[in-house]
Amino acid sequence: MAYVPLADQDDAHALHDPQTFVTKYIWSQDHKVIAIQYGGVAIFVGLIALGLSIIMRLQLGFPDTFSFIDPAFYYQAVTMHGMIMVIYLLTALFLGGFGNYLIPLMCGTRDMVFPFLNMLSFWFYLLSVLVLLASFFIPGGPTGAGWTLYAPQSISMGTPGYEGGILFMLISLGIFIVAFTMGGLNYVTTILQARTRGLTLMRLPLSIWGIFTATVLGLFAFPALLVSAIMLGFDLILGTSFFMPAMMELGEQSSYDGGSPILFQHLFWFFGHPEVYIVALPAFGLVSDVISTHARKNIFGYRMMVWAIIAIGGLSFMVWAHHMYVSGMNPYFGFFFATTTLIIAVPTALKVYNWVLTLWQGNIRLNTPMLFAIGFIFTFVHGGLTGLFLGNVIIDIPLADTYFVVAHFHMVMGVSPVLVLFAALYHWYPKVTGRMFNETLGKVHFWCTFLGTYAIYLPMHYLGFLGMPRRYFEMGSTDFVPASAQALNANITLAAIFVAIAQILFFVNVFWSLRNGERASGNPWGATTLEWQTPDTPPKHGNWGEELPSVYRWAYDYSVPGHKQDFIPQNEPGEEYEKTHHTAGGHS
Amino acid sequence: MSLYRDVTNKPWDQVGLPDGIENKPVFAVSNERLALTVFMIIASVIFSLLLVSYYIRMGIGDWVPMSIPTQVWANTTLLILSSVCLQSAVVFSRKQSTISVVSRAGLSFGIGGLLAVAFVFGQYQVWGLLAETGQGVRSNPANSFFYLLTSVHVAHLLGGLWVWSKSAISLIQGSTSEHFRQTINLCAIYWHFLLVVWIGLFFVLANT
Repeated sequence: MAYVPLADQDDAHALHDPQTFVTKYIWSQDHKVIAIQYGGVAIFVGLIALGLSIIMRLQLGFPDTFSFIDPAFYYQAVTMHGMIMVIYLLTALFLGGFGNYLIPLMCGTRDMVFPFLNMLSFWFYLLSVLVLLASFFIPGGPTGAGWTLYAPQSISMGTPGYEGGILFMLISLGIFIVAFTMGGLNYVTTILQARTRGLTLMRLPLSIWGIFTATVLGLFAFPALLVSAIMLGFDLILGTSFFMPAMMELGEQSSYDGGSPILFQHLFWFFGHPEVYIVALPAFGLVSDVISTHARKNIFGYRMMVWAIIAIGGLSFMVWAHHMYVSGMNPYFGFFFATTTLIIAVPTALKVYNWVLTLWQGNIRLNTPMLFAIGFIFTFVHGGLTGLFLGNVIIDIPLADTYFVVAHFHMVMGVSPVLVLFAALYHWYPKVTGRMFNETLGKVHFWCTFLGTYAIYLPMHYLGFLGMPRRYFEMGSTDFVPASAQALNANITLAAIFVAIAQILFFVNVFWSLRNGERASGNPWGATTLEWQTPDTPPKHGNWGEELPSVYRWAYDYSVPGHKQDFIPQNEPGEEYEKTHHTAGGHS
Repeated sequence: MSLYRDVTNKPWDQVGLPDGIENKPVFAVSNERLALTVFMIIASVIFSLLLVSYYIRMGIGDWVPMSIPTQVWANTTLLILSSVCLQSAVVFSRKQSTISVVSRAGLSFGIGGLLAVAFVFGQYQVWGLLAETGQGVRSNPANSFFYLLTSVHVAHLLGGLWVWSKSAISLIQGSTSEHFRQTINLCAIYWHFLLVVWIGLFFVLANT
């Protein structure tokens, strides 16, 4: 028999369901199991990063109180918190978790096109996490160079983790990039080649567009991180001078000479800025679907939304040096990068308007996923607007090293994507587990998280204006920061602890509902996209039973006039609808 | 152009199966071929970034152009021959109904891979040779880059050789599937790509 990849098989009998526990749940090639594995590891490692942030906040809020926090440990906590949150949690959970779960289901395929590679991707990811966590247990501990790992700081004596932590970090990043590449090749190929019949590109839900574009960005941006990690590794292990300039180390001339720290910054941020959108674009996609479903309205300006995702993706490669204004650059370069940065606000604002216009006159159901999605619009507008300030060279320079920047990037790429993650986790929970979560607990979780994060980050903007510098272990006696700032810092810490504790509600809800939640029907939200139309909930191996679905319409047929239900699934053939649609003039 | 039509149409205006009942990939190639193409684009990004770094670092002032050992020319010849062999394996495999280890396609495929192994070994010798003559990795940024670029290139080739060795083993065991013809094809494409990359790197290394 000719070889037919699993994704292309129409016949469920040829699927060879995995039988044993090991093939079903551990060495699994099923995209849904891999997604849950990815998600579980990402959330686990994210909790560690959350703990590290509490350590930072304890030090900042109550200096000289906790003897176990010394400067080295503080910087290690800062570094590992940043790196874990951005790469090992957000990137992995959005693309490895939601990408894996949703791509085959939303595209109407039985699995990814390369299931073995997909499994390998997860195990490499797990390995990268283990290497990263191992650095906590080696002499000297993990690196404390800041998540940007700037040379020469990161590989100079005296920086925490110089003894081995930095090497573990570089190796872990390398393994992560290999894992991401294997996953990414799968996502891209599956979306482009294996969509089911009738599912044209413009009928794809925006989740898929977001995940697809973010994956392409990742595939092009992670090489820059890989190159900088390899070259930094050469400088560290072999003593080359790619990035390391001549300098004094512990009173002696180091053996390095002539390297360019600025080159490292360029390479790092050529990865680092697209990374923001690797996290943001899947969030944009997922939140669009959540908003449209729970507002019972088609997404406003679908084509604009798709083009905006692509435009943001393209522009994200042209703005990286706005992270380097304080490093010094030719004023014309500063002008160029400020301009491109502000231009990126145009498609982004367009998306925000479209979300709001989708809500406009919608039949809004304020359930937990929707609350998180609407919360995201608030935090994202907030973080986005401060981004417009910081994109200008002249405003960035005085604010760059203050808490204003900390507040900005946490609002825009910390809180906002995390709110979308929660929206998405609650939204797809019934499909993944077959159970409904507890709605009340979910709402309490939302309000604690949403208001709590404002209590953390709103005051930070103010502290930034006061000039409170970031990355400081303690403020000491600085004249320009008034004593009252300390009271604010203590409050922020309390709010942070409150938000961290509130996350217990989420875990209680997830685990309690697994057993005790009401059984979910196949399509509890009345959603149109394909993943809600599977014959089984949770979907079985092969997803679609006997026959693959056919797609007859776009993903957003909500509240169509003249139709008996307020949604029409994508796989429902509809001549009746077509007549109504054309006589009513359509909703184009 | 169908891709253009796809992304510009108004999806809310259409109901039904617009392109018939067959599912329609965006590109008319196999999944493996598309994934390989994407991977080659990623690899190109890696090598481009390395070259950008190379030129930026070159401008700093402590750069002493290095003399490339003659053995690199011999290695380059090996890599060219390796590519030629794999290409002939593609041509032969089209003409043969079954591919065995002693068929012309099988032999060319095997020899092509072995020549690439010889190239890797040759590059390793060059590194040793340079180190012996005091041109080690730390001696000068130009040398550092020579080691860096050649090792990243070799790492990519080793990835290809891993796929090659798996196929070669199944060829020896006589258990090749329908897929084998495609494997030969994809290996050849990847080999040509790495040859072009190497010639580009060699040109830059030898002239700066």
